[in-house]
Amino acid sequence: MITDAVIEFDGVGRTYPGPPPVHALQPTTLTVRKGEFVAVIGPSGSGKSTFLNITGLLDRPTAGTYRLDGMDVDTLGESERTALRGRRIGFVFQAFHLLSHRTAVENVMVPMAYAGVARRKRHRLALETLRHVGLGHRAQAMSNQLSGGERQRVAVARALVTRPSLLLCDEPTGNLDTTTAGSVLELLDGLHRDGQTVVVVTHNPDVAAHTQRRLLIQDGHVHETTQGALA
Amino acid sequence: MIVEPTRLGIRDLASEALAGIIARPGRSTLTVLGTVLGIAAFVAVLGLTSTATSQISVRFTTLIATEVRVQPTGTVETAGRTTGPMFPDDAEARVERINGVQSAGISWSVGLDQVPGVAPVSTLPPGTGTAADAESFEIMASSPGYFRAIHAEFAAGRAFDTFHNTHAEPVAVLGEAVARRLGITRLDTSPTVFLAGEPFSVIGILNQAERTPEALLSVITPAGTAEQMWGPPSTANTPQMIIDTEVGAAQQVGDHVSLALRPNATDQYDITVPPDPHTLRDQVNTDLNMLFLTLAAVSLIVGMVGIANTTLVAVLERIGEIGLRRAAGARRRDIALQFLSESAGLGLLGGLVGTSLGVITVVAVAVVQEWTPVIEPVVTLPAPLGGAIIGLLAGLYPAWRASRIEPAEALHR
Ligand SMILES: Nc1ncnc2c1ncn2[C@@H]1O[C@H](COP(=O)(O)OP(=O)(O)OP(=O)(O)O)[C@@H](O)[C@H]1O
Ligand SMILES: [Mg+2]
Repeated sequence: MITDAVIEFDGVGRTYPGPPPVHALQPTTLTVRKGEFVAVIGPSGSGKSTFLNITGLLDRPTAGTYRLDGMDVDTLGESERTALRGRRIGFVFQAFHLLSHRTAVENVMVPMAYAGVARRKRHRLALETLRHVGLGHRAQAMSNQLSGGERQRVAVARALVTRPSLLLCDEPTGNLDTTTAGSVLELLDGLHRDGQTVVVVTHNPDVAAHTQRRLLIQDGHVHETTQGALA
Repeated sequence: MIVEPTRLGIRDLASEALAGIIARPGRSTLTVLGTVLGIAAFVAVLGLTSTATSQISVRFTTLIATEVRVQPTGTVETAGRTTGPMFPDDAEARVERINGVQSAGISWSVGLDQVPGVAPVSTLPPGTGTAADAESFEIMASSPGYFRAIHAEFAAGRAFDTFHNTHAEPVAVLGEAVARRLGITRLDTSPTVFLAGEPFSVIGILNQAERTPEALLSVITPAGTAEQMWGPPSTANTPQMIIDTEVGAAQQVGDHVSLALRPNATDQYDITVPPDPHTLRDQVNTDLNMLFLTLAAVSLIVGMVGIANTTLVAVLERIGEIGLRRAAGARRRDIALQFLSESAGLGLLGGLVGTSLGVITVVAVAVVQEWTPVIEPVVTLPAPLGGAIIGLLAGLYPAWRASRIEPAEALHR
């Protein structure tokens, strides 16, 4: 067992029952250590979302064992996995999923309600996190009045506010133009430099270029690739 | 447990529900309309009913509520001859033994002349004076208890008693109006009146007879005296018993009178009891009210369907939000509770507005009718709660649907 491992896959696989059964993720053994910045790339339908769902405790593997922060999470019950998800993992999605009738800071406060952070502390913590992602000045703006890049920053702040050990991003720049996408990537870079473990699932080679480690998924098989091996 | 569980606290739940309701004020308003109308109709109908009922209650004085009248219907065999309908000799005593009876008395009008019950009354002996000195008045015979039963009060003198009655004493009580006509104001001179020529000593002047004000226009003699002098009552002048009961005992007394009077022939009497206040209320509660209450119920069902529909739409619109919340640590039950409290909040809102509208309606109608509005707390206080329950029921299915949404699918949309 590796002591600073965040994600440990030991033969983890996922087969969707058919007919015909789909081996969306072939048995995979890999480790993501604390502070790593990992890109998961691969063509459409290769199994990236399947990988992310299992890593994010949104789905259970059908084979192997998965340890998150050293805990065997496969044996846990649903509410324990939910608790782990809420406390240890921050999610950022392509579609942002902000609450449209709330301000930026109110959106950032949502996960703290589930984590049981005292109500009076939430606003201050949310503001701090928004400043951290460079959006302190837009804290009181309604989320539907924010630009795409700003929305994704709010989503990143929301993912970070509970101080998770793992930040999981699924196509975080998928809905953004190149310039905006670049600024979001810089933000993720900065988080990585601060020691945050980040896993980004993406199509985008620019995103992958930022990371020091890349996992290529093809037909459910996960390969470690080296810099420049991307087409 | 290796991780502290996540959950949504009750205050967060409440503020999420509130936020969900005010996020779309127009939609929320339209959604609660059915509930508002239904609850308003319920409160208004029940409030107007209790208001109208209390109006009846005001008119329904205790005097009426404590009076039972009994009239014999059959004929009676006495000493081998058939006489008119009558009461047993000890009728008064029998009835007074019934629980809840204060006093009872029998009376009938004595027919002496062509006009039944009316006889010439004069202060002069027959043969003296002119015919103009005699005026015709109603002559009544009564048992001694009669005076207590009618709540009699005397300007002078007193009522006759059992002694006068059983010894057929020729005594009479004058109604105040009769006494005035005859010029009798004092009794210390032992005035005498002649009833159809027979002398009677006046022993009392009646100035109050709450139950039978007509007694003030009559000359009343003991039943025993009247029977001896002019014979028993007949079918033409049926005797009547008036029973003064305790408050609330009238119905029960009415049920027992027949049996007390003649245990072997209980169908011999016509018993008139005051209407039961509950019966009165029930009458007000019928027909039209049932219609309105049915409409209110229909409206509530429509309101419930409305809330259910809106909540279901909200669930489908907010699948992404649900997925995000599940990813952020919401358990299935947190999601279900969030939508349940939102729908219950809508119902509560409808209930509060509806109750207010209902109360305003009752007060407005009462003001126009110059009634006192009576709104029972039993109706108004639970009404908003009723709205909340409707909302809660309406939210059950959408909340269940929301809790079944898989975050993995919800998030990748
Ligand atoms: N619930 C499911 N049931 C059956 N098969 C599924 C299910 N979800 C995904 N699959 C299949 O598993 C394979 C991997 O899907 P996955 O969503 O992980 O791909 P992906 O790499 O995320 O693709 P994309 O880049 O288009 O999002 C695909 O062949 C897909 O059809
Ligand atoms: Mg995908």
